[in-house]
Amino acid sequence: MVRLSSPQQLEGLRKSIVERKDRSKPCIALCVGTGCLAYGCTDILTAFKNEVEKNRLQDKVDIRATGCPGFCERGALLTIYPQGIFYQRVKMEDVPEIISETILKGNIIERLLYTDPNTGERYTKEADVPFYKRQQRLLLDSNNKIDPTSIEDYLAIGGYAAFAKALSHMKPEQIIQEIKRSGLRGRGGGGFPTGAKWESTREAHGDIKYVICNCDEGDPGAYMDRSLMEGNPHSVLEGMIIGAYAIGANLGYVYIRHEYPMAVENVTIAIKQAEELGLLGEDILGSGFGFKVKVSRGGGAFVCGESTALMASLEGKVGEPRAKYIHTSEKGLYNRPSDLNNVETWANIPHIILKGADWFNKIGTKGSKGTKIFSLVGKVKNTGLVEVPMGMTLREIVYDIGGGILGGNKFKAVQTGGPSGGFIPESLLDLPVDFDELTRVGSMMGSGAMIVTDENTCMVDMAKYFVGFLQEEACGKCLPCREGLKRMLEILTDITRGDGRKEDIELLERIAATLKDASLCALGGTAANPVMTTIRYFRDEYEAHINERRCPAGVCKELITYSIIDEKCPGCGLCVEPCPTKAITFVAKKKPVILNQKLCIKCGTCCDICKMKAVGVK
Amino acid sequence: MATKIQAIVDRYESDKGQLVSILQDIQTEYYYLPKESLEEVVKLLNVPMSQVYGVATFFKAFSLTPRGRHLIKVCLGTACYVRGANRVVDKMELDLGIKRKETTKDLRFTLETVNCVGCCALGPMVMIDDKYHGQMSSDKVSSLLAKYE
Repeated sequence: MVRLSSPQQLEGLRKSIVERKDRSKPCIALCVGTGCLAYGCTDILTAFKNEVEKNRLQDKVDIRATGCPGFCERGALLTIYPQGIFYQRVKMEDVPEIISETILKGNIIERLLYTDPNTGERYTKEADVPFYKRQQRLLLDSNNKIDPTSIEDYLAIGGYAAFAKALSHMKPEQIIQEIKRSGLRGRGGGGFPTGAKWESTREAHGDIKYVICNCDEGDPGAYMDRSLMEGNPHSVLEGMIIGAYAIGANLGYVYIRHEYPMAVENVTIAIKQAEELGLLGEDILGSGFGFKVKVSRGGGAFVCGESTALMASLEGKVGEPRAKYIHTSEKGLYNRPSDLNNVETWANIPHIILKGADWFNKIGTKGSKGTKIFSLVGKVKNTGLVEVPMGMTLREIVYDIGGGILGGNKFKAVQTGGPSGGFIPESLLDLPVDFDELTRVGSMMGSGAMIVTDENTCMVDMAKYFVGFLQEEACGKCLPCREGLKRMLEILTDITRGDGRKEDIELLERIAATLKDASLCALGGTAANPVMTTIRYFRDEYEAHINERRCPAGVCKELITYSIIDEKCPGCGLCVEPCPTKAITFVAKKKPVILNQKLCIKCGTCCDICKMKAVGVK
Repeated sequence: MATKIQAIVDRYESDKGQLVSILQDIQTEYYYLPKESLEEVVKLLNVPMSQVYGVATFFKAFSLTPRGRHLIKVCLGTACYVRGANRVVDKMELDLGIKRKETTKDLRFTLETVNCVGCCALGPMVMIDDKYHGQMSSDKVSSLLAKYE
């Protein structure tokens, strides 16, 4: 590739790429995102390549390995262009038929289409599938339209045009004003106005400034940053370049957690390509502005999501946070002005610059503009990544997009915001989801994890889970968080074991309040949320554990017993062999098996195996 | 070992800020962080041992003791947890005769839990080495483990 030396040359290159592309040529776009990897999509990809070669179609069909289109529940996912035919649950053995029927003859393979389990209706095109129809996919939409390792693909869909516009038509101050006017708030969780952060970093004293992209996504249950970084790394880079230009930074860092190897790989490739084209490095597009980006890997510490801890880690030190009397925009990485934004925040920037703040402003609610990607997971039918305008209600997200609760079970609560967030009960399902509304009900936006729970989820156990998680992840620097979490975990463990005392609930509330007021960083400051919301909305479950030594959801091991429901047990004996303690005895076919309570260790293996739901938990 | 460590440090242009990445690469090479490798890093980067040791023990990804041929990571992220991931770990412990964070005596497996591998839609998720095994349940554990030598 030739190094570009002006925005005009960039446009020229884009034009030539688009002209070279034959839009009518069939293209098989297969998701090779991490979700589909578990469905064996790499083998499917190879099978497609072989099949195309076998039929001598190399020049007539394109095969594109893409990032995640979001509907992970239905992997492996496949879209066939130009028609936009959407196939789901694709397997190796389907490959020859897809080539011979759909590619060569244009016939639709019915069984690979998505069928709505609620209505039985089938959909040919991705855009019509209910899961996608209600979404507004500003950021995710490009994921299955490009190969993330090809800068040409990104340029073809208009990539780097926003940067060219910013560079040639806007002053840095103007860019910052535009971002401020757009109302964009940080997608990492806190929701701090992005424009204001940029402005204070720009105005901070010092010649050397940094921009940092936070892809440490430690929230269990959230993976939108991973998906964007794997599926469209150039969009994040473009946002960072615009930000660096506006702020006056010449060096940037992308901090990625080590559990995301593909994200590291793809962004490293993207950086190299951008450097070769002259979109990164010295004298970018002949403007005199220079900017470099380095990739840094995290070491698996949740607390590094905290800006000051992340920056300490970037300096090669232990990832401990510090008090933020002085903002990182003034003294951050190496004590220099630093602007840290989340992956999703950066990816929003090119859209705002290209289409304008007014356009962006129209999406969302009064206080929260734009779209938000949620990872809709847990006990919901259509799990995956969903991108919706801010302000959509929880009910619309869980039922209209998510298709409702798995296995016909009863909805219990939605957990948002991960360990910093809280549980939202059924009575609040019509809550419009935005930064402020979630905070108002005691939860948080966080990075956008949305975990749906049902009647089989114990709320005390969930509180214990989050506190246990945080206790393990806390850095140990400040006392309220270090000791408070430990004590809360002890109390919660006692309650789930049936050793809870009447005064425990009040004690939990007091410790939680102390954590909130006195912790050094947001990890401790928000740690109270899961505990407080479960007490606020599910106090009866706590009371059942404490007063009656009973776990209503049938989860807490010490308080439950497994039993065989004789009427439901067909005596198939499938559960006998796998039982690790030989607690189940086979009697005869059509006679219920017998469970020996003394041997049962409540491992749940029989429960997992039995499709007849003949294992009861009380 | 010294030349290998040198090559890794060179890859990052001896940038002290890249200490975490450097240790990651060393661990990829040896499956854990041998003491001598840390000493080498101290020398090459010119940073105190307290800093290198501090980082190596602070971050979860690092191990200072040898690990098994196969690294099992059971995801205990919230999405996996609500779908019964703890039962999967329990069964693993039972089958392997070790607790989490331990290695089997024959060095065949090391059992670890992680707080999210970002495959939430397919939970419960188990990663063995680089391979993802989605929609796990306790009854699938034994046959899965049998596939690894």
